[in-house]
Amino acid sequence: MTGYLVRRTGQMVLTLFLIITFTFFLVQAQPGDYASFYVLNPDLPPEVKDQIRAAFGLDKPAWQQYLIHLKNTFTGNLGVSFGNFPRPVLDVLVERVPRTLVLFLTATAVSFYIGFFLGKAMAWRRGGLFEYATTISGALLFTAFTPAFGLMMIWAFAFKLGWFPVGKFLDPLVWRGADVSANYVFGNMLLSAAAFIAFALLVMLCLKRFGRRVPSVAAFPIVLGGALIIVAAWALSGIGGLALDIVKHMVLPVATLTLISFAGTMLLTRNSMLETIREDYVMAARAKGLPDKLVRDRHAARNAMLPIVTSLVYSLIFAIDGSVIIESVFSWPGTGLTLLQAVRSEDLPLVMGAMLFIGMLSLLAHVIVDVLYVYLDPRIRYQ
Amino acid sequence: MNTPVPVGPVPTPESGVEPGRGRVRFVLARLRLMWRSFRNGWGIFMDSRIGMLSLFTIIAFALMAAAHPILMAFVWDPATYDPVTGYSFDQVEQPAPPSWKHPLGTDPLGRDVLSQLLYSTRSEFVLGITAALVTVGIATFVGAVAAYYGRLLDAFFMRLADLIIALPAISLLIVLSALFHLNLFYLALIIGVLGGFGGTAIILKSQALSIKVKPFIEAARVAGGGHFHIIFVHIIPHLLPLALLYMMFTVTSAIFAEAVLSFLGLLDIRMSWGIMIHTANTGGYLLGGTRYWWLIVPAGASITLLCSAFYLAGRALDEVVNPRLRRRND
Repeated sequence: MTGYLVRRTGQMVLTLFLIITFTFFLVQAQPGDYASFYVLNPDLPPEVKDQIRAAFGLDKPAWQQYLIHLKNTFTGNLGVSFGNFPRPVLDVLVERVPRTLVLFLTATAVSFYIGFFLGKAMAWRRGGLFEYATTISGALLFTAFTPAFGLMMIWAFAFKLGWFPVGKFLDPLVWRGADVSANYVFGNMLLSAAAFIAFALLVMLCLKRFGRRVPSVAAFPIVLGGALIIVAAWALSGIGGLALDIVKHMVLPVATLTLISFAGTMLLTRNSMLETIREDYVMAARAKGLPDKLVRDRHAARNAMLPIVTSLVYSLIFAIDGSVIIESVFSWPGTGLTLLQAVRSEDLPLVMGAMLFIGMLSLLAHVIVDVLYVYLDPRIRYQ
Repeated sequence: MNTPVPVGPVPTPESGVEPGRGRVRFVLARLRLMWRSFRNGWGIFMDSRIGMLSLFTIIAFALMAAAHPILMAFVWDPATYDPVTGYSFDQVEQPAPPSWKHPLGTDPLGRDVLSQLLYSTRSEFVLGITAALVTVGIATFVGAVAAYYGRLLDAFFMRLADLIIALPAISLLIVLSALFHLNLFYLALIIGVLGGFGGTAIILKSQALSIKVKPFIEAARVAGGGHFHIIFVHIIPHLLPLALLYMMFTVTSAIFAEAVLSFLGLLDIRMSWGIMIHTANTGGYLLGGTRYWWLIVPAGASITLLCSAFYLAGRALDEVVNPRLRRRND
């Protein structure tokens, strides 16, 4: 296992290195540089442009820039963003990453759960109207044109009905007097989500280990109690209103993402379930006279999970990668929108930094799911 | 693909007949077999209602694509109806709502929406099919070669595939299209190469592995078949059904990627469904909701319909290719 992790990390570093190299030369290969961004600006004489070039190190040959870039990247210095001039790239990105993480982890979790639930039900009852309806509507939503769909959602729920705010991730009026930054709230939200998941897992584990006699229904109120404690802690902390504001802004993008992506998980679950349903142990469980729901959830669905967990990596990567689309539609200032804005304004250090971060996030998702896989499937052992 | 000259004796069904005629008969027998398996698969495909529905949708779009040049040549005046440079002079206000002259209205720049829609259909097909052919061509070859030779070649291609899967594709395409003038062909090529060396290669390789251990491969080798003969004549034909399935999925993702990039205004192409929505969006008509529906609904629905038709056709094909998914006849 340790060896595998080491090898995996090595692969990650190599991939990152390739992403860095690729983006650098891609950016180098295009004509002009940041100074030519001001080519139509009559206030800037050529000498000033040369000064800008010298200040950003753009007057050196490409290979020299590349080596400097590599050295800087691996020492954690991503340079200064041209667009947000005095701020370093790392500073800009560290500010935006938690926003992307909160939004897309929530959306992935919700859509994954819904997709799994529907897929299970679909495989269990084949051929009915339910199957046709869910397959077709799922595929239609799955292939819906995301930007247009997102804008229609904004139009319907934010503009016409007025249930949710139109865009952005917070309401400046609510935050005017606040003495904490948005990132502080985001960080705490991530922390409490992690704490809640850890708590729920712990409860499950304890029940499994010590309480064979206790029905698993008992876990539910305990987990719910934990959730209530966390909510109460937020309400008492004084920044609960701010968090609520963020959550209000999150509802629409999360709903859009869920509607778009649950179908992938649903159809995969259906296929995977169809294969496990034919196994002998499912037949045996039914022959024993176990309730239908139990056979479906405990015997068939659990074994059908494996390929679905693999697909979780792809949906996570797709979500992080596709963040550009959703974030630009909902003006959610995360990494994706940062990348798009940087690309449009030729803010090259920020482009490379954002690519690096997006690449790092998707690689991290890859490794986490690989490790998760070992725990789920006892047949797999990495050497 | 050309059948390479086999090393050693030609495996004719009847020996003793002169080689020329035997070869013809061999090819004929093979064609008959292919026809029969095609008919079987077609029967299963026909059984799936969703598959037939999506096939009809695809055919309808193909007819739309074919209709545009005919309409432009015989019915529509290019000065008014050209999808990019046309202008409808008799409308007072642009965008104009649907009328007899413009069945789907005009866009903010006074161009006929129906003409744009039909014109774009053709380029979506070209894009999707080019990307799919490139993907599947590369993936089939890589999968077969990696499975057949194994060892170093296998390790190299599979690590490469792992690497490409981990790449954030949309972000990469955005960076690429923002920095270079990507046209339809290059976009198809990039999507095809990314898909071909990526996930599709892994799937086709695992299929090729299960074919490689079948007895007929050994028989071919004993009969004196060379490496290339075995790969091209015996392994790749068995990969083609699965390859066809993945072609369908590639078409979906290619059309989708094009639409997203066009919507963000990053592509260098004349007209597409994504550009139609981009035009409506930059004019601020998207948030008009249903008031300017003809600017959004035709293009948006076309993207959704064509993508989901290819996707659902792929799902129906999946049941043909993968017998374990079929419903039991009990």
